[in-house]
Amino acid sequence: MTEMKINSKSSTFDFVGGKWQNEINVRDFIQKNYTPYYGDSRFLAEPTEATLKLWDECCELFKKERENGGVLDLDTSVISSITSHGAGYIDKELETIVGLQTDAPLKRSLQPFGGIRMAETSCSSYGYEVDPEVSEIFTKYRKTHNQGVFDVYTPEMKAARHSAIITGLPDAYGRGRIIGDYRRVALYGIDRLIEDKKAQFKSLEGEMTPDRIQLREEITEQIRALKEMIELGKIYGFDISRPAENAKEAIQWLYFGYLSAVKEQNGAAMSIGRTSTFLDIYIQRDLNRGLITESQAQEMIDHFIMKLRLVRFARTPEYNALFSGDPTWVTESIGGMGVDGRPLVTKNSFRYLRTLENLGTAPEPNLTVLWSTRLPQCFKEYCAQISIKTSSVQYENDDMMRAVHGDDYAIACCVSSMVVGKEMQFFGARANLAKCLLYAINGGVDERLKEQIGPKYAPITSEILNYDEVMDRFEAMMEWLAELYVNTLNVIHYMHDKYCYERSQMALHDRDVKRYFATGIAGLSVVADSLSAIKYAQVKTIRDENGIVVDYETTGDFPKYGNNDDRVDSIAVELVSKFMNMIRKHYTYRNSIPTMSILTITSNVVYGKKTGNTPDGRKMGIPLAPGANPMHGRDTHGAVASLASVAKLPFEDCQDGISNTFSIIPNALGKDDVFVGDLDLDFDIDCGCCEGTVTERSSTYMTPLIKKSEKASEKVDTLNKL
Amino acid sequence: MSQILGRIHSIETCGTVDGPGIRFVIFMQGCPMRCQYCHNPDSWDYDNGKLMSVEEILKQYDGVKEFCKGGITVTGGEPLVQIDFVIELFKRAQEMGIHTALDTSGVLFNLSGLEKIDELLEYTSLVMLDIKHIDDEKHKKLTGHSNKNILEFAKYLSGKNIPTWIRHVVVPEITYKEEYLVALGEFLAELKNIKALDVLPYHNMARGKYKELGINYSLDGIEPLTKEEAINARNIIIRAMKAKKKN
Repeated sequence: MTEMKINSKSSTFDFVGGKWQNEINVRDFIQKNYTPYYGDSRFLAEPTEATLKLWDECCELFKKERENGGVLDLDTSVISSITSHGAGYIDKELETIVGLQTDAPLKRSLQPFGGIRMAETSCSSYGYEVDPEVSEIFTKYRKTHNQGVFDVYTPEMKAARHSAIITGLPDAYGRGRIIGDYRRVALYGIDRLIEDKKAQFKSLEGEMTPDRIQLREEITEQIRALKEMIELGKIYGFDISRPAENAKEAIQWLYFGYLSAVKEQNGAAMSIGRTSTFLDIYIQRDLNRGLITESQAQEMIDHFIMKLRLVRFARTPEYNALFSGDPTWVTESIGGMGVDGRPLVTKNSFRYLRTLENLGTAPEPNLTVLWSTRLPQCFKEYCAQISIKTSSVQYENDDMMRAVHGDDYAIACCVSSMVVGKEMQFFGARANLAKCLLYAINGGVDERLKEQIGPKYAPITSEILNYDEVMDRFEAMMEWLAELYVNTLNVIHYMHDKYCYERSQMALHDRDVKRYFATGIAGLSVVADSLSAIKYAQVKTIRDENGIVVDYETTGDFPKYGNNDDRVDSIAVELVSKFMNMIRKHYTYRNSIPTMSILTITSNVVYGKKTGNTPDGRKMGIPLAPGANPMHGRDTHGAVASLASVAKLPFEDCQDGISNTFSIIPNALGKDDVFVGDLDLDFDIDCGCCEGTVTERSSTYMTPLIKKSEKASEKVDTLNKL
Repeated sequence: MSQILGRIHSIETCGTVDGPGIRFVIFMQGCPMRCQYCHNPDSWDYDNGKLMSVEEILKQYDGVKEFCKGGITVTGGEPLVQIDFVIELFKRAQEMGIHTALDTSGVLFNLSGLEKIDELLEYTSLVMLDIKHIDDEKHKKLTGHSNKNILEFAKYLSGKNIPTWIRHVVVPEITYKEEYLVALGEFLAELKNIKALDVLPYHNMARGKYKELGINYSLDGIEPLTKEEAINARNIIIRAMKAKKKN
């Protein structure tokens, strides 16, 4: 073993050494030290008394929060920073993992750097008022991200925003979607991370180009944030300047890293990364040494997850409408396969999922299984079991993403994949392609506002829509939209970096970060079906008194996206590739790599409200389908055909993710235990189960149960292959 | 020879409850029975549905075969109404190594016309036989038909040793009675080919469809069977089967 460079007194000394000792390299540490787990879930522990009591107290607080109109308390004068608040507890005696965003649970912090108006509205909507002095500072003396953006926006950008052809832009709120490598805090301790950042700073001397100046300023800010993290540790009585020495410290240190991020950033998605297998290394070591029991290990994980469930941000009702609630997107990526063929599943992967049973179901943290066909069977079964029981697990295709990102990536928000600590993304909301099609038909006039929003291209004047003509106009309009969209995002990300920089999260990244420039589209299935209607049926335009097309009359049937029918699926595929290539034509801020997503999971409802009647027969106000879903009720050939349509969309042109929201009642996943398969009366004749009452222990009762979970995991498998 | 076309009510590509595995399920149009609890009354009419060739169906299956690894199930409606089409479909499917399941009430079985049935069974991997009621009078009331052919069919399948699942919908007040369940179990005990017993608890989710179609729903007022009751019904049937076998 090579000699340790980091603190030789530390107990990290007895880990298997490697590159991770000489450079910041968490993946190498994991690969050298983790123990894959192939067994089943029987080792898992029930919640401890302390966990149950603590969770009861949390539930009581959630109840009060609801009764109070959705917000329990808001900070109106203390501007949130890593060290802005004293220690806060739920119930100090019971908590094994500590730390809150403010000094009390569920009290939302004041974060005005994204925009003071957003902060003020968030407060006033719930009957609070921001301290006038804070308002004055952030209006008169300190510019915010929001103000920066609006200082630069062109009239066209404002118009597109107003008509909602480009929507949900992070120009007034934190963009989020950045995952700090919070594991670094535990593995290295902050001192070592500062040392590394100082070396990075020194490496950037010489010619002072704007890029270099910006990066040097950012690294200085990162170092400042790291120093404040040490202070945050001290507030709670810990010294996180050194590496964590045991499981409890590792979880605590990692959580302090994450806590710093959510104290500083009210981001649209504040994901935590891929932490379960990393932490398992510490837990397994403590278990091996007899320092902790399984019950204690589970307790720490339960308490950690509980903290993640308490993350709150001050947001406006409009924001909540856009995102259908108050999501924090604390996504944790679990499992997946290593590039060496070993599964990255450990006992701790099970413990994380187990919290859904121990604490009950919850949407946050967003537990996401990186699914591979090669995951251990027992883990697949446990996932299926938890899914059936709680409906709270998200699945993503590891086999597909591993090929692009390797085996230490994580998901930000719902589908955005990035290598932890090495890649980040500029979140870019989405462009409404359904509206773009209507603009193409009406020559840039908005069908709802009746205003000229897009360029004044020739409108379509014929009564019956002709496919080739519509496609021609549509492509021209898409070109316009792509350019405007990218430019708008360039403004936003420039200003976000300038006025609302994510210093604590970027402090837990490498110096040279690969940046993705995320864009997105909404309304894919509406457009595909509309074009299919124009091509295969007859679509007649209905115009208002000014000649603007406001409705459509369709005669005849047409193939609909979601039935594995190439005639229309190919239209969807072509749209996606075309729009992505249009995006690629333009300059993107900081040489970021453009990507695209189709993942409107919630905002499709709001977008639908702002989009007029469409040629596919959808009426004004009806929600667009979420993500890449077929329109509701139009996929008539069952789930597999529906998913097969979605699966045709090219990942290379939607690298930021394709989502398909799929609901199924557990009973539709297969037979339940009423069913008796493998009925063999001669063999089975003395089996106890049939002598009256059936208990859970009886064998024929269990057999179908296992069958079901196999089926369910097979199902998940199916979804994943798509 | 002209191509045989089938009248297809609909196709489900993610069938998980109609045979082993995830299956490609073809709902055939048209049924002579009028089961009071039928949840597909829209599949009764002989004239509705979409005309499709065996070719077209197998092409659709081919597009999803990676996922529908269980195989193909033909249900309905009553598949035996279009027996020529099903023979052709199963024949072609089995040639391609696809597992074929026939979900039928057996009501059209007739000892005097065995030729077609024999041909079909040659290409059938699994029969799922729906026994609606063991008592003939009650069966007539429930479905509009005698159960004589159905029970004959069950025995015939046993004689030929065709792998068979028995499906039985249990409805409160109608089939959820000890005497009927015992009688059913005793009947099944005589058969040699039963691979599974699929007790289906009655539900009333189809009520909306009846309203839409303007058909009277005669089971109004009967509550869905609970899971506990379904387990109980299953146990009664199996107990009766065993008791009979011992004797």
